[in-house]
Amino acid sequence: MTTEARDIVSEYKWGFHDAEEPVFRSRRGLSHEIVDQISRIKGEPDWMRELRHRALDIFYTKSMPSWGGDLSEIRFDEYFYYVRATDRDARSWEDVPEYVKRTFDRIGIPEAEKKFLAGVGAQYDSEVVYHNIREDLEKQGVVFLGTDQGLKEHPEIFRQYFGTVVPPADNKFAALNSAVWSGGSFIYVPPGVKVDIPLQAYFRINSEAMGQFERTLIIADEGSYVHYVEGCTAPIYSEDSLHSAVVEIIVKRGARVRYTTIQNWSNNVYNLVTKRAVAYADAVMEWVDGNLGSKLTMKYPSVYLMEPGAHGEILSLAFAGPGQHQDAGGKVVHAASNTTSMIVSKSVSKGGGRTSYRGLVKVYPECGDATSSVRCDALMIDEDSRSDTYPTMEIDADRVTIAHEATVGKLGEEQLFYLMSRGLPEQEAAKMIVNGFVEPIVKELPMEYAVELNRLIELQMEGSVG
Amino acid sequence: MTESATPTLEVHDLHVEVNDKEILKGIDLVVSKGEVHAIMGPNGSGKTTLASALLGHPRYRVTQGEIRYRGENIADWTPDARARAGLFLSFQYPAAVPGVTLVNFLRHALNQRRGQDVPVREYTQLLNDAMAKLKVDREFARRYVNDGFSGGEKKRAEILQMAVLKPEIAILDETDSGLDVDALRIVAEGVNRLLGPDLGVVLITHYNRILNYITPNRVHILYAGRIVTSGGRELADEVEAKGYDPFIPVGAPA
Repeated sequence: MTTEARDIVSEYKWGFHDAEEPVFRSRRGLSHEIVDQISRIKGEPDWMRELRHRALDIFYTKSMPSWGGDLSEIRFDEYFYYVRATDRDARSWEDVPEYVKRTFDRIGIPEAEKKFLAGVGAQYDSEVVYHNIREDLEKQGVVFLGTDQGLKEHPEIFRQYFGTVVPPADNKFAALNSAVWSGGSFIYVPPGVKVDIPLQAYFRINSEAMGQFERTLIIADEGSYVHYVEGCTAPIYSEDSLHSAVVEIIVKRGARVRYTTIQNWSNNVYNLVTKRAVAYADAVMEWVDGNLGSKLTMKYPSVYLMEPGAHGEILSLAFAGPGQHQDAGGKVVHAASNTTSMIVSKSVSKGGGRTSYRGLVKVYPECGDATSSVRCDALMIDEDSRSDTYPTMEIDADRVTIAHEATVGKLGEEQLFYLMSRGLPEQEAAKMIVNGFVEPIVKELPMEYAVELNRLIELQMEGSVG
Repeated sequence: MTESATPTLEVHDLHVEVNDKEILKGIDLVVSKGEVHAIMGPNGSGKTTLASALLGHPRYRVTQGEIRYRGENIADWTPDARARAGLFLSFQYPAAVPGVTLVNFLRHALNQRRGQDVPVREYTQLLNDAMAKLKVDREFARRYVNDGFSGGEKKRAEILQMAVLKPEIAILDETDSGLDVDALRIVAEGVNRLLGPDLGVVLITHYNRILNYITPNRVHILYAGRIVTSGGRELADEVEAKGYDPFIPVGAPA
């Protein structure tokens, strides 16, 4: 079949950058001296500086993962580990430097804040440049700050939880993040408080060869609810950037946290992220993880179900175009009896892109009456694309119900013919099939993000068939 | 029904291959608007191949002959171009498209058919009307296209699309198969309502039971890739009474 002649250009809309010089930039490369410098600029307490140094030592001793994507081209000495565009974290957009604000205007953040968000954080390179939360929520005791500010203003809560869910020794990139972390969101929701509309943070890399290491810590106290959404983009440069975040979430008894990501890094960003939540009695943790951008993503949001009644869900969506590898999935650890979990993964690859589903369901001994279902579907748009599935089950308890379903398929000829036989051009038919394929995940997003995600997928699909 | 002056669909000496095997070996068929042509034949005679080739399925390769639609040879047109021009195929086994609602899909299809965006109110009314006539409730349109549909629901969905898209030539491939008597009656009534001077129908069927509801002007017997006999309504009755054997030419390959 031939596609109708159309001038199709798959433009990455967020590939622009600001030319302004940052107020501070560490020299290229990583060392204890750089770590000291970062900690000093931030005016941190001794315990944090010491933790950073310990973490750097761990980073040096840990080897690179031997699985997942190709990390052989990462040059740790080539990155700038700390770039500060402005000296303050503003609460009003008017106080954000004009050129930085312009960037976020183009991305549409201030507008979204007015329309449908309860609070917004915006990180530009290494630092959070803006954050704000609705006054009524603040009055109820909800804390939504940049993580550095969280450390300053809430040192007790911070020290109690920081590094407890993802310790520096967890993996090489968690160690790296712990050594040089900067920015991210700090959220505390008091008992019983429900934040009815989402809080959002937007992460923007502006500099070339930049390492962005945000660190997010969310504590949902008993019976509370919060939905946190993050988005991310970067300019297109010839030199790679590295984004290596750590996210720690504590979901206390009866609380519920939903964490939604729409990752749309440019194709020169390595996105190597550790995201983990612990859920206590009757708590619910939900990850909605959409990965569309980056050169290589390795990310497996996890939930540790620590007490009876806890429930974990991971909805993972990955789209890999030319030159991209999305190695995504999820992990659920049943560490108590009577716990339930669900993983749904949908991946699409085209134009030589590669998606991998990597998942783990683990049930510890004596943690019976656990129920888990895993479903992963992969769709390949053309012959050049690739999809792999690496599901792991480690079940060491009795009375466990596990359901696992996986499908891998090519864009169906019969589906295409059916839609085309009703008058839809091939492009449009293919987009419709792909949007339908990801619908089970997209329908979980707030409407504004669902529209955005469908649009991103359509952009990715342009020019992909025929 | 009256025959219009110029035939809308003219198939001449059509040869079609599937996987390098010739299935259709020279089909001639002329259909004008206002006419109903029944094509009957046993399994494997090439009925679905004919339907698929008329809409341009990429796996069905036309190696000889032509398909003329309103005077133009459309044998190398893509399926969507044929559909926009007014051809329609009601599938024997319509594909499921999970995650895509019927209401959304059909709106896109109608916009393509009309060549412009149809106002939402007009579309909604058109759709609701058509659904009421086919005795399906409004929730039906919110379901994913053919996903988990029963046999009867699939066929109703096909006729529903036909009613909304208003083709000039509709090819109905085994629309009666898999239907119980009540469903068959509803679907056949649905087709009958659409018949008229602006629509030509090619009704492909194995049995003649749908012909008890929809009266053809012409009946053609397809066997081993060729039309071996053509006649009036009475031909279908003969098939009903005697089977296909009397129509198989002497010495024809089995």
